[in-house]
Amino acid sequence: MSPRLVPARDDSVRRTDHPLTVTVDGEPVPGIAGQTLAGVLLAAGRTAWRTAGSGAPRGVFCGIGVCFDCLVTVNGERDVRACTRRAHDGDAVTTQSRRSGDPGDARAGERP
Amino acid sequence: MRRRSVVVVGAGPAGLAAADTALAAGADVTLVDSAERPGGQYHRMLPDAYGARAPEAVQHGYRSFERRVRRVLDHPRCSWWAGAEVWALERRDPGGAAPAAPAPSCPPPKVHVLAPAPGGGPRRRHVLEPDALVLATGAHDRVLPFPGWDLPGVCTAGAAQALAKGERVVVGDRVVVAGTGPFLLPVAVSLLEAGSTVVEVVEAGARARVARGWLGRPWELGAQAGKAGELLALTGVLARHRVPYRFGRAVVAARGDGRVEEVVTAAVRADWSVVPGTERAAAVDVVCVGHGFTPRLELPVAAGCALRPGPRGTSEVYVDVDDDQATSSPGVYACGEITGVAGAPAARTEGALAGWLAAGGAPRAGAVRALRRRRDQGRAFARRLAHAHPVGAAWPGWLRPDTVVCRCEETDYATVCAAAQDPTATEARAAKLATRAGLGPCQGRVCGPTIAELRHRHGTGQPPAGPTDPGSHHRPLAQPIRLGELARPPAPPAPDRPDLAHLPPEESGS
Ligand SMILES: Cc1cc2nc3c(=O)[nH]c(=O)nc-3n(C[C@H](O)[C@H](O)[C@H](O)COP(=O)(O)OP(=O)(O)OC[C@H]3O[C@@H](n4cnc5c(N)ncnc54)[C@H](O)[C@@H]3O)c2cc1C
Ligand code: FES
Repeated sequence: MSPRLVPARDDSVRRTDHPLTVTVDGEPVPGIAGQTLAGVLLAAGRTAWRTAGSGAPRGVFCGIGVCFDCLVTVNGERDVRACTRRAHDGDAVTTQSRRSGDPGDARAGERP
Repeated sequence: MRRRSVVVVGAGPAGLAAADTALAAGADVTLVDSAERPGGQYHRMLPDAYGARAPEAVQHGYRSFERRVRRVLDHPRCSWWAGAEVWALERRDPGGAAPAAPAPSCPPPKVHVLAPAPGGGPRRRHVLEPDALVLATGAHDRVLPFPGWDLPGVCTAGAAQALAKGERVVVGDRVVVAGTGPFLLPVAVSLLEAGSTVVEVVEAGARARVARGWLGRPWELGAQAGKAGELLALTGVLARHRVPYRFGRAVVAARGDGRVEEVVTAAVRADWSVVPGTERAAAVDVVCVGHGFTPRLELPVAAGCALRPGPRGTSEVYVDVDDDQATSSPGVYACGEITGVAGAPAARTEGALAGWLAAGGAPRAGAVRALRRRRDQGRAFARRLAHAHPVGAAWPGWLRPDTVVCRCEETDYATVCAAAQDPTATEARAAKLATRAGLGPCQGRVCGPTIAELRHRHGTGQPPAGPTDPGSHHRPLAQPIRLGELARPPAPPAPDRPDLAHLPPEESGS
């Protein structure tokens, strides 16, 4: 377990947290308002959530919407970059896979 | 007389400064950024929802930045489009396809924007037709591949920075920050501040060369002395935390089962060839890597702007601009890291000049002369940094045949080399189709410069198209757009209002 949110009580920026909950493949994951989905997933200790074609796990790489490693499906919308999408309470996140045959196989819906 | 309208794309240090001076010169300004808050990469702001009472704790130069943000965003002639993406530029040259020299009177391209609808709902499509366009889209980390760089837990230095500064998430407990360039320092310091243990900062460049680049001939630094001072202060923080800052070493592999558990570094020579027997492994849960920056060129290329090779060699190119920050495309200006990498102060100065001139401000006012001088010092600083932190030509020495080079399509090094030597695939496009490298969701944004370099190096037969050939940066869609969004008719551009012309206080001093 390693990535995490700086605890509010120790945070030099003196923030106030408003909790929210998203689900990831049906499982509830807590976060705070303002976080990106990638931030929520990382702070919950998840370092990988997408599966590349070879089956290799992927999580955050560039963190700023450039690499598309962090793609997820959010409330049915495919190929959302988790690192640039703000989390909203109740967001239903499903993970994606590019490995053929996997349930979340993204190749069918891939953009040109 | 109708006021000039200026669209500025990107609200980082460069774009914000451009908006500020364009407003000061009397133009109507539309400032567009895909982020929800202005600031770009350098001034990445915390989300409003955090209610942070001391945001300056993690921001260098926060007060003057905040003043500028307020001055620009509250200006009656500025419309600020937050969370809005420019997804295409449509040239208005006769015929549309790139004529050799478009008429100088030709207006800049139409700007296609996808913006959030007020009150939520699906994003709306807008088309803007400004009198001048300022591009300030910045850059992202460049990362050279190494075995294991596709393991979770390996991320760009920028990702660690964005998460720590922008949402107070630390990427890991035990971190090695590695690559080359001064940017490794603020990243390491942010991680320390947020509570990680930084095992070491690993700079591939040699100590003497780096020191000469940052600090040599200090009288030439001029306005950039502040940036050099900021870097020295950061090395002081590392020293206080007893974080070793090692020179002449590079990350050559990351290992782990399903995520990174161990990083291997090795001593490298000036050309980044690995010194055998110097490999050393360290237990980590995150490796943050950056080997410089790659400018975001899709919009400049779509606008038809000429490119030029950067000071670090052939695989890095930037937008070519003249003394006025004007590109080769009429009515299109460029500023900030898309024209060269010298840090936020230099980006700001370029932006200030670009915005003022794009808005039709007097080109020879005294304050503008001072701006040009500072801009030239910024350009010189970019050359210094590039010279201090070159990418050594022998870096592919640490690749293995099965090392993934294109992360999206998982194309390996052996496949890229084989395609480069294939006489039937000398054209970059044919090689792309054969290997799929660069054809994945990121469209080659991450591996593009690497593939170009490897093809250049291993190619036989005809030399591949030069890197300044816009083809390799051509992406028909600068940002992903969904079919439903494309199908909806565009909404009208938002309206605006009046004022007078003088440079804002930050730019009127020299
Ligand atoms: C992740 C990251 C973090 C960094 N952090 C630091 C730091 O802490 N300290 C430091 O000294 N340097 C940092 N840098 C270096 C930084 O790039 C420069 O110092 C500075 O921010 C460059 O300013 P700029 O205005 O040229 O570009 P940027 O600051 O990159 O701003 C460009 C803006 O353009 C927007 N944009 C791009 N394309 C589009 C589009 N199609 N539509 C709409 N908007 C668009 C982006 O959202 C962004 O806000 C960082 C770089 C990266 C990549
Ligand atoms: S991590 Fe690169 S796009 Fe999200």
